[in-house]
Amino acid sequence: MGTVKKKGILGDLKESLIQRLFQTSGLLAIIVLVGIFALLLHTSIPAFREVSLKEFLTSTRWDPTSPERPEYGLLSMLASTVMVTFGALLVAFPVGVAVAAYLSDVASPRVRELVKPVVELLAAIPSVVVGFIGITLVGPLIAKLFNLSHGLTALNGSLLLAIMALPTIISISEDSLNAVPVSYVEASLALGANRWQTLVRVKIPAALSGIIASMMLGMGRAIGETMTVLMATGNARAFPHGFLQSVRTLTANIAIELGEVPYYTTHYYALFAIGLVLFILTFFVNLTADVILEKQKRKLR
Amino acid sequence: MKSNIIIPAGEIKIVVEHLNLHYGNKQVLQNINLAIPEKKVTAIIGPSGCGKSSFVRILNRMNDLIPEARVEGRVLIDGENIYDKDVDLVALRKKVGMVFQKPNPFPKSIYDNIAYGLKIGNHRSRAELEQIVERSLRQAALWDEVKDRLHQNAMKLSGGQQQRLCIARALAVEPEIILFDEPCSAIDPIATARVEELIHQLKKDYTVVIVTHNMQQAARVSDYTAFLWLGELIEYDRTEKIFTNPANKMTEDYITGRFG
Amino acid sequence: MKSSVKKSHKNLKSQLTQFTGFLFLRLAVYSVLFILLYFFYDVGSQGYKAISWEFLSQVPKRGMTEGGIFPAIVGTFLVTLITALFAVPLGMAAAIYLNEYARAGRLTRLIRLSIRNLAGVPSIVYGLFGVILFVNMLKFGTSVLSAGLTLGLLTLPWTITASEEALKSVPDSYREGALALGATKWQMIRTNVLPYSIPGMLTGAVLGLARAAGETAPIMFTGAAFYLPFLPRSLKDQFMALPYHLYIMATQHHAIDKARPLAYGTALVLIVFVVLFNLGAILVRARLRRKWRH
Repeated sequence: MGTVKKKGILGDLKESLIQRLFQTSGLLAIIVLVGIFALLLHTSIPAFREVSLKEFLTSTRWDPTSPERPEYGLLSMLASTVMVTFGALLVAFPVGVAVAAYLSDVASPRVRELVKPVVELLAAIPSVVVGFIGITLVGPLIAKLFNLSHGLTALNGSLLLAIMALPTIISISEDSLNAVPVSYVEASLALGANRWQTLVRVKIPAALSGIIASMMLGMGRAIGETMTVLMATGNARAFPHGFLQSVRTLTANIAIELGEVPYYTTHYYALFAIGLVLFILTFFVNLTADVILEKQKRKLR
Repeated sequence: MKSNIIIPAGEIKIVVEHLNLHYGNKQVLQNINLAIPEKKVTAIIGPSGCGKSSFVRILNRMNDLIPEARVEGRVLIDGENIYDKDVDLVALRKKVGMVFQKPNPFPKSIYDNIAYGLKIGNHRSRAELEQIVERSLRQAALWDEVKDRLHQNAMKLSGGQQQRLCIARALAVEPEIILFDEPCSAIDPIATARVEELIHQLKKDYTVVIVTHNMQQAARVSDYTAFLWLGELIEYDRTEKIFTNPANKMTEDYITGRFG
Repeated sequence: MKSSVKKSHKNLKSQLTQFTGFLFLRLAVYSVLFILLYFFYDVGSQGYKAISWEFLSQVPKRGMTEGGIFPAIVGTFLVTLITALFAVPLGMAAAIYLNEYARAGRLTRLIRLSIRNLAGVPSIVYGLFGVILFVNMLKFGTSVLSAGLTLGLLTLPWTITASEEALKSVPDSYREGALALGATKWQMIRTNVLPYSIPGMLTGAVLGLARAAGETAPIMFTGAAFYLPFLPRSLKDQFMALPYHLYIMATQHHAIDKARPLAYGTALVLIVFVVLFNLGAILVRARLRRKWRH
C-alpha cells in the first residue's frame, strides 16, 4: 500500500517556481502598458514648464523653432488627424461591412477560404509600402482628377488609411455577423423574408454593436498610423480646411521632428506630450471597442 | 432519503464520509457516505447528470482542475484523507489510475503511450521499460494485436483498441485503484465485451470503480453497486441484491427502466 | 382563395432588392480585391526592373542612386532576429500562463485587457517608448538592440495571442490523461501540450515577426540609419533597414527621380517577403488544422 502523502517540499517548490516564471511573463503585459503611459507622462511633464497646458491643447499654431516666440499648439494636427481618420472611415466602414456581410452571408465556403487570406494579406502590407503607393499611384491620380499641383493631400491619406483599416473592420464585423444565433436567421426566413431582408433587418441589427466596435478598432488603427500619412499627406502645418489640402497629423509631426530635435529641450518634451495624447486617444478608442465586444460576447452566449 | 450505510465484506479500500461537492453555487453531490471494497468491482449507476462522473473524479482529485469546484467531507484511501493539505497529487494519481469516457491516447507511438507515466516518474532502464510495456499490454489483452507495431502512432488504432491502450497505460504505473468513467460509451459492442472481460480480470489485483449508465453492464461486471440520483446516494449494496431485490422504490424504478 | 407559392409580382420586387443588395456586396469585395491586385501589379511591374543580383548583394552607391540594398536586408534580418529572441519566448511564456495556469479572475482579465490594448498602441508610440527606455534609460543608444527590443514589445501582443490559439487547439483530454497518470502540471505541459502546440506557436510568431520586419516608425529613432556603407558589427551599432530605406528613397532623397526605380525595387522586395511569409503560414496552418481533425 503506497502512501499518498508528500515526501518533501522540493517538488512543490519547483512547480510553484515554474508557475511564478510564467505568471511574471503574463504580468509583463500590464507592466508594459502601464510603463508606456508612465514614461510618456514622465517625459512630457517638463514641456509644461514653458508651455501652458491650455496653449498646448487649444492653440492651432505649432512652431517650436521660431526664433522670436516658439509656439506649441497641437490643435491643427489634432484636427488633421481627426479629419484624415474620419475620411478613412467614411470609405472603409461601408465597404468593410459590405465585405464582411458578403463573407458571412453570400460567399460559398470556397470563395470565403480564398478571400479571407487576401484580406489578411492586406493587413500585412507594411505601412511604408502603402505610403509609397500613395506617392507614386494614388496621389498622382488625385492630382489629375482634381487638377492639383500634387496629390499629397488629406484625401490621399484618407484613402490609404481606409485600405489599412479595412482588414480590421472586415474581420471583426464578420465575427459579429457569424456570432448571430442561427435561430434568429431561421425565424426570419420562416416568416417569408428573403436572405437580403434577413441580412439587413435581422443579422446586421443583431450584430450592430460588434460592427460598431470594428469601426472603433479601425479608427484606432487610423489615428495611430504613421508612415502612410507621413508620406502621403504633404505635411503642411496649417489648420486643415479641406480634403484637397496638405495636412500634418499628430503621428507625422512626431516622425518629422523627433529626428532633428535636440534632446532634452522643450520641443523634445513636447513631442513626447503629443505621443502621450496619441496614447490616450487610442487607448480610449480601443477600450470602448473592447467593452462593446465583451458585452456582445456575454449577450450572445 | 437517508441510505443505510452498507459495509461490504472484506478489506475496505476507500471510505467516503459526508462528501459534498459544489460547482460554484450548484451542489453536485450531497452527503455521500460509501465504503468501497478492495479488489472488487464497484459500479456507480444513475441517470445522466446525477453526479456519478463527478463522484469518480473526486477519488483521484481530477475535480481540482475545475476552478469553481469545492469539496467538503473526507475521502480516505487506505486510511489517508486524500483531501488533506499534505497530499501529493502525483502520488495519489499514480495510486489511483483512471480510464476516461472517450479513449484519449496521446498522439505518440503505442510504446510511448504506455511508457508515458513511467518516463515522467522515476528513471528506469530501457529494458525495464520494455518489460513493463509488454506486461501492461498483455494485462490489457492488447499485446498480440500490437506487438509488431509498437512504434506506430496510437491514433491509428481502432476505438476499442485505443480504449484498451488507455487501460494498459493506466496499468503501467502500477496503480492500486482504477477508475473507469463510462469506459464503453464511445466504443462498439464487441469492443465493449472485451473491455468488460478485462475489468473482470483486473479485480484480481486491483480495486475497480466503474461509472456506467448501462445497467446490464453494471450487473455483469460489478460486485457492488451504488445508485446515485440528483447528487444523492439512494442505495448501495451487493450488485446481486440491487438488481434482484432493491430496498428502495426509486432504485427499483430505475433498474426496471421506469425512468432514467 | 388559396394563396400560390409560385413567383408573383410582389415576390419579384423583393427578389430585385436582394439581387441589387448582393450586387453591392459583391462590388465591395471586387473593389478590395482589385485594389490589392493593382497595388501588387504596380509595384511588381515597376519594381522588377530594379531587381538583380547586384541589387540584392551590393551596398548603395553614388548617393544611393545606384548599387543595392544588401545592408538593409542584413539589417532587417538582424533586427528581426533580436525581436524574435525577445518576443517569442516571452510571448509563449505569457500564453502558457494564460491558457494553462491562470484562473478566471480580476488579474487574468486585467492581463487580457492589457494585451488587447497593447495591440492597439500606435507603432510610433512604441518608438517613443523605445527612445526613452532602451536608448536613453538603459543606455543602449540608437542601435540594433534598442530597435529590436522596441519591435519586440510591439510584437508581444501578437505572439501571445497566436501562442494561445495554438495551446487552445490541443485537446483537453491530453491534459487530463497526463495528469491522471501522475504527471505534475509542468510535466503535463512540457511533455503533452507543448510538443503539439509549438508548430502552431511558431507559425503565429513568424507571421508577427514578418509584420515587425516591415515596421518603420518604431525603428526610425531607436537605431535605423539613413545610410551606412558597412554592416553592423555589434548590437550597439546602428543599421540600415528595408522599410526605413524605402521611406528615405521615396521622400528624403536629394534626387527623388533617380532614386525612384530603386525605391520600387525595395518596395517589391518588402512585398514579396511579406507575401511569402503569409502564404507559408497559411499553408502550415491549414496542415496543422487537418492534423488535429483526427
